Amino acid sequence: MANVTNNRPLSPHLQVYRLIPTMAMSILHRITGGALYFGTLLVVWWLIAAATGEEYYNWVMWFMNSWFGRLVLFGYTWVLILHMLGGLRHLLWDVGYGFEKEFSTKLARANLIGSIALTLVVWVIGYTIR
Amino acid sequence: MDMRTPLGKVRGLGSAKDGTEHFWRQRLTAVSNVFLISFFIIFMVLYAGAPYQEMIAVLHNPLVAIVCAFVILSVTIHMRLGMQIIIEDYVHGEIGKVALLILNTFFAVVVAGAAIFALLKIAFAG
Repeated sequence: MANVTNNRPLSPHLQVYRLIPTMAMSILHRITGGALYFGTLLVVWWLIAAATGEEYYNWVMWFMNSWFGRLVLFGYTWVLILHMLGGLRHLLWDVGYGFEKEFSTKLARANLIGSIALTLVVWVIGYTIR
Repeated sequence: MDMRTPLGKVRGLGSAKDGTEHFWRQRLTAVSNVFLISFFIIFMVLYAGAPYQEMIAVLHNPLVAIVCAFVILSVTIHMRLGMQIIIEDYVHGEIGKVALLILNTFFAVVVAGAAIFALLKIAFAG
């Protein structure tokens, strides 16, 4: 009995896969979704601060304007846009398009590059008009 | 001959007996999020760092307040559904899974409730 099971082919495991763009973007979509789940607390904090009063609002704004706050908000923007573009990819698949190997790989790369580019555009505009 | 429609066949299926409802709501809120989050990002670009009085004045605008409330509703529904999938995928112990699923719903409701209350307070009381 031991011999029978010894020579059976093993199902591939995470360790033997080479990480390809579609895989990376797939798990990133889930990770960014999980991060955004808690990131929503930032939005609620900001709204509660605005509803509480000027003094507390200004303190929260001071925090968000600090280098740490800006770093968090920059990351939040990037994660939000990455997840949104990933979601658009999912909607494309849902209606039956974009499954071709070459195309889906290109789309995965475009998702990452697009998210970085859009995040930079948003922040450059933000800094320019302020 | 099978007279049932494809939709009729999948209604009420799955271990939770709610068919494709979870999938559909996730996609529905995904579509609304695309528009609502785009609004939110543009709003933030325009008003992040604005003085308190200016921010209150903008949030006092009924149109802005309503769309912000939609942002909160759509996002909290979407994130609850998404986190539910993550919990169901990775937590296999029945007690832990159910506890986390309950916490997940509580978290989404508390986040939505607090945010909507804040929005209404600003909109009505300033």
